[in-house]
Amino acid sequence: MASNTNFEKYKSDGSLQGNLLEWFDARFPATSMWRGHLSEYYAPKNFNFWYFFGSLAMLVLVIQIVTGIFLVMHYKPDASLNADGIPIAFASVEYIMRDVPWGWLVRYMHSTGASAFFLVVYLHMFRGMLYGSYRQPRELIWVFGTLLFLCLMAEAFMGYLLPWGQMSFWGAQVIVNLFSAIPLVGEPLSIWIRGDFVVGDATLNRFFSFHVIAVPLVLLGLVAAHILALHEVGSNNPDGVEIKKRTTPEGIPLDGIPFHPYYSVKDIVGVVVFLMVFSIIVFFAPEGGGYFLEYNNFLPADPLKTPAHIAPVWYFTPYYSLLRAMVWPLFGIDAKFWGVVAMGGGVVILAFLPWLDRSPVKSIRYRGPIFKTLLTIFVISFFILGFLGTKAPSYAFFGVIPGAPVAQLLSLYYFLFFLTMPWWSKIDKYKPEPDRVTM
Amino acid sequence: MKKLLTALLVAPAIAFASGAALHLDKAPEAQRDNAALQSGARTFVNYCMNCHGLSFVRYNRLTEIGLSEQEIKDHLLFTADKIGEKMRVAARPAEQKIWFGATPPDLSLVARARASEDGSGADWLYTYLRSFYRDEKRPTGWNNLVFENVGMPHALWQLQGIQVLNSDHHLELATPGTQTPAEYDKTVADLVGFLVWAAEPDAGFRKQLGFGVLAYLLVLFGFAYKMKKNYWKDIK
Repeated sequence: MASNTNFEKYKSDGSLQGNLLEWFDARFPATSMWRGHLSEYYAPKNFNFWYFFGSLAMLVLVIQIVTGIFLVMHYKPDASLNADGIPIAFASVEYIMRDVPWGWLVRYMHSTGASAFFLVVYLHMFRGMLYGSYRQPRELIWVFGTLLFLCLMAEAFMGYLLPWGQMSFWGAQVIVNLFSAIPLVGEPLSIWIRGDFVVGDATLNRFFSFHVIAVPLVLLGLVAAHILALHEVGSNNPDGVEIKKRTTPEGIPLDGIPFHPYYSVKDIVGVVVFLMVFSIIVFFAPEGGGYFLEYNNFLPADPLKTPAHIAPVWYFTPYYSLLRAMVWPLFGIDAKFWGVVAMGGGVVILAFLPWLDRSPVKSIRYRGPIFKTLLTIFVISFFILGFLGTKAPSYAFFGVIPGAPVAQLLSLYYFLFFLTMPWWSKIDKYKPEPDRVTM
Repeated sequence: MKKLLTALLVAPAIAFASGAALHLDKAPEAQRDNAALQSGARTFVNYCMNCHGLSFVRYNRLTEIGLSEQEIKDHLLFTADKIGEKMRVAARPAEQKIWFGATPPDLSLVARARASEDGSGADWLYTYLRSFYRDEKRPTGWNNLVFENVGMPHALWQLQGIQVLNSDHHLELATPGTQTPAEYDKTVADLVGFLVWAAEPDAGFRKQLGFGVLAYLLVLFGFAYKMKKNYWKDIK
C-alpha cells in the first residue's frame, strides 16, 4: 500500500518539519484528519465512470465561489436606471463583460458553472439511483444530498435574478407569484418575499444577499455533513456490496484502496476531462444555444413589457413541467397552489427514497426487469418533462400531439414511480449479490 | 422503446421547424473583415446614433476593428469629447420618451437579444433592416414584415428607396434609392456585422484563447492519465 508517501515521513525525525507537525498535531487533528478522510479512507476499488461526479460537484462549487467573489467586486444590485436609461444592475454585468480585465471570463465561468453544477449533480443523483447508494446505512447521506439539491435550486433561482434582464425579472415574478396561491397567507407572504408589491429593488437586494451569503453558508455546511456522513459509513460501489464485511485482520477492507493517492489521481483525470467540456462551452458557446444564457435576458428588465413566453433555465424545466401539470382547482383552492405542491413534492419525495425501496439488493446489476424498465421510463419521462418545460403550454409534438396532457401523464408517472416503489421493488426478481466487488 | 427514442431525437428538430413563423435571411459573416466592420460603424454613427445609444461600447474600443484614435476623433466622435467615453445617443432618454412615446432601445446587445429558434440575432437584424415597406396606416408611414407595426420609421430609406407590399404580400421596390439593392444589402450586412461585434467585442479573443486552453488541457490530460495508470497498475 502506497499510503503515507507524504509529510508524515518527517514525523519524529527531529527535523524542523517533523517538530512543526508534532506541534500542530498536539493542538489540531491535522494528521488524524488527513488519515481519516484521505490516506486511510478506504474506498471500494471498483468505482466506474458514474463515480466522478461527486468530486466534480465539489470542483464546480469551488469554481462558483471563487468566480462569485470576483463578480461581487464589480456587480451592483441596483434596479434604478443610469443616465442611459438602463438598470444599474444590468449595466454592471455588461461592465464586467467589457471593461473589467478578464471579467468576461469570470462571468462566463460563473454562468456556465451554474448549468455545469446541475448537470453533474443530476448525474451524481442518478448514480445513487443506479447503485442504491441511498440504501441503509447511507440514508442520511442521501437526505443531506436532497437538501443540497434544494439549496442549489434556491441558489440558482436567486442568482438568476441578479443580471436583471427580462427573463431574470419575469421568471422571479412568476415564481414568487406562485406563493400568493397559498390560501389565507399567500398574498401577504408573496409581498413579504418580494419586499414590494412587484419584483423591484428590494427583491433584487435581498436575493443578492441570499445568493452570496445565506445560501452558500448553508450549502457549505450541508456539503460538510454530506461528506462526514459518507466517511462515517463508507462509500457504496457499483456492485452494492459492503466492502467492510470482508477485511484483513487489521480491519482494512479487502476490496478497499486508500482514497489518496488512488482516487485523488483518478479524479484528477476526471477533472481535466470535465474542464475540457467546460472550456468548450465557456470559450465557444457560452450562451449554450439559448439554454445556458437565455436570449431574452440580454434585454434589461422592463416591468411594463411581459415577454410572450417565460421559460426557466433548462435545469428547472422538469420541475416546471410538474408545476404546470396541475390545472385543477382542487378543494376550492387555486390550481397554482397545487402546482407549487407538485413542484415542491417532486423534490421532497426524493428524500424518502431510502424507505420506499424494498429490494433485497442495492445495485441495478443484480436487480430485476421491473426496476430496469421503470427506471428507464423514469429517465425518458424526466427528459420529456424537461423538454416540455422549455416550451409554451400550447406546444404540440409534430404539431399534433398536444404537450400539456403528455406532461400531465408523465408528471403522474414521476410520482407513481416513487409512491408505488415499496410494492414493485419487493415483488421484482433479483440475482444474488457476490461476496466481493467485481472489477 | 426504439420508436420513442427516435421520436425524442427528432422532436426538437420538428419543434423548431414548426415554430418558425417567419423566414430569416442568413446574415453574411463579417467578424474577420475590418473594412466591413468600419463601414458598419460609419453607418451606425451616421444613421442610427441620433436615436439609439451604444452605451456599453467606448469609442476607443473601435481601435480593435482597425481604426486609429485620430480617425475615430475625426470621423466618429460626435456625442462625446473624450475617446474613452461611451457611444451615447445624441438625444437624452427622457426627452426621447416625450418625442416618440417610447425610448428607442440601446443597441449594445441587440445582436444577442434578437437571437431565437428562428435564427441568430444577426439574421434577424439583417432581415429586419431590409423588410421595411410603405404603410400609410402607420403614424410614421412605415411598417415592417419582420416586426409588425414597428415604432421606428425606416431610417435608411434614402439608401434603399421605398418598398411596398404587392398583392402576394411580397416586398417590391417601388422607388429606387441612392444604392442598388446589392449595395444596400452590403450596407446592412456591414451594419449588422458591426452590431454583432459591439454586442461582445471580446468574442474573437475569447475563441482564440479557447484553442490555447484546450491544447493545454489536452497535454495535461496526457500527464494525468499516465499518472493514474502508473498508480493503479498494482490494483487488480
